[in-house]
Amino acid sequence: MTVIDNLILILNPGIFLILGGLISNILPLKISKTLNIALPLLLLVNLWNTDQGNHFSALFLGYNLELFRVDDFSYIFGIIFLIAIAVANLYAISATTSRIEPSASMIYAGSATAAVFAGDLITLFIFFEIAAISSVFLIWARGTKRSFSAGFRYLIVQIGAGVILLSGILIYTSASGSIGFNEIGIDAPGGLLIFIAFGIKCAFPFFHNWLQDAYPEATVSGTVILSSFTTKLAIYALARSYAGTDILIWIGALMAAFPIFYAVIENDLRRVLAYSLNNQLGFMVVGVGIGTEMALNGTFSHAFCHILYKSLLFMCMGAVLLRTGTANGSDLGGLFKSMPWTTGFCIVGAASISGFPLFSGFISKSMILTSVSDGGHWGVWLVLLFASAGVFHHSGIKIPYFAFFAHDQGLRPKEAPMPMLIAMGITASLCFFIGIYPDFLYSLLPFPVDYAPYTTSHVINQLQLLMFSALAFAVLMVFKIYPPELRSTNIDFDWIYRKGLYTLITSLGKSIKYTEDLLFSVTSKGLKILMAFVHLRFASLNRSAQTSIVGNALVWVLALLLSLLVLAYSM
Amino acid sequence: MINPKKSNVKTAHENIPIDDREEYWIERKSTIKGILYGLFIICIALFVADAFYHKHIVFKIQSLFGFYAIFGFFMCVGLVLAAKFLRLFLMRDEDYYDSDR
Repeated sequence: MTVIDNLILILNPGIFLILGGLISNILPLKISKTLNIALPLLLLVNLWNTDQGNHFSALFLGYNLELFRVDDFSYIFGIIFLIAIAVANLYAISATTSRIEPSASMIYAGSATAAVFAGDLITLFIFFEIAAISSVFLIWARGTKRSFSAGFRYLIVQIGAGVILLSGILIYTSASGSIGFNEIGIDAPGGLLIFIAFGIKCAFPFFHNWLQDAYPEATVSGTVILSSFTTKLAIYALARSYAGTDILIWIGALMAAFPIFYAVIENDLRRVLAYSLNNQLGFMVVGVGIGTEMALNGTFSHAFCHILYKSLLFMCMGAVLLRTGTANGSDLGGLFKSMPWTTGFCIVGAASISGFPLFSGFISKSMILTSVSDGGHWGVWLVLLFASAGVFHHSGIKIPYFAFFAHDQGLRPKEAPMPMLIAMGITASLCFFIGIYPDFLYSLLPFPVDYAPYTTSHVINQLQLLMFSALAFAVLMVFKIYPPELRSTNIDFDWIYRKGLYTLITSLGKSIKYTEDLLFSVTSKGLKILMAFVHLRFASLNRSAQTSIVGNALVWVLALLLSLLVLAYSM
Repeated sequence: MINPKKSNVKTAHENIPIDDREEYWIERKSTIKGILYGLFIICIALFVADAFYHKHIVFKIQSLFGFYAIFGFFMCVGLVLAAKFLRLFLMRDEDYYDSDR
């Protein structure tokens, strides 16, 4: 018993999840689904009681790998990752029919958790890549042609980022002699490569499209699981290695601002959520860029809250997709009549992401905003304020409004299945609980918290911002200025590689073929003319200049070769 | 460019005929009117509330009366109009990418 106790204490919980995922593939489906919920909860309790420190080291090719480092940074991420996978697996009970999905989700979440507890760059790299590969099965499990190609594009980007990460690590390690996953900095040798790799996984502007491309094409529960891990792991990695890097402030501001324009005009509501996911990451990246204790606290608490409310929103849209077969705003409406519980949970998620007082987003986002204004970055502060208003507009109002209210399309689907409702209920309660009792979350943060979210000024300012955004929506709706939901595709940066480069390469190929044909026809015609000229000029003068059939020439060649043979043997 | 023809949505349930749509209280015109008036009153109250508490000011612009309200309203209107304008350049048919690999 003590042996097992010790083993559980010293081994990274992520590795247990991966093992669980491998086992669950061979167990009967019901048992494996139960295991998928019970195991993360057990590991959560275990992690809660684990002391800080390096608990497990292994020697590998002369390097000392630290496989289970528990400190202020990894602790909070480990906890939220385990909560997220437990709740998502509960949600998945009635959503998944495939065998691959439950185990892929466990391996994916497990490797993300294992990467959080990695104390060195090699371990981080290995688990980051296992996460990339296992997660693509959550996209392919959808089984459509679109999901198949979206999965491939996702995989190419993720593995590409992995290769960049690996080269960065090699350069960094050979220059510094250390493999420690600690402060790196952008100026260190290889530092920029590692930074870019984390940036791709974090969906920096221009590297972001894999997210909006692939997540909405995943399965009902796959999207819920995907939304929690890869990008937040990248945030964690940035916070560990690049805290206080100035350029992150502007990257984050850009990230927070531009996706909301797309979110307003996008029709697929799960893609709207993917854009708003990108926008929320922007807030966290700004926090990392500021790099003060309060900013990092803000980033960590925002990541914690974000995983919960974003999962909740994806769960609600997943339930809609499961029951109606579509998540397009243009085809939905009036669902509150037959899916009242899902509607309610979605509104809680919407209130949380918008940062309504009493909900989780309020107590975390305001920390980042305060740290930005304390740092005197007034431009970034205004951008983030705009992004806060925008996120309420597209996630807070648009998502619940177009899915559950708006025009009744006559759809009367059944309410979501019970396990889904329970999972949504738990997540919604957590969002609310953190909102009214922020000290719980604040006690998990890496630095001591000297911040009071519920001051008169904070609450009123936030309410003013939100209610006047709502007023703007109402006014635009009443005067019919608000753009209607249309069945459409909006081109984004992925146009470059999905259309632009493709068209470039195919037209390059076509022009090469054309030139080749042209050259061939010109030369063959030229030769013909030359031959005709030779024939005309010389044929009457000499017999050897006349053309004859190929067979004749063959006979002559044969005769020549035979005589050569005879000559050679007779010598 | 956009194909307005409605393709049939695959539904996982039996469609209930449109005509037995019951009217819920939230759908009534009077309720919607009430919600709009309520929102309007809340907004006025929040705007006026600016006179009655001590503002925490870091940037000069925050001292503007009702700054958050004005900023929220106009930025959102601007956001929607800008996004609507961007549709001119960004919007393609729903199956625009379906021919790609």
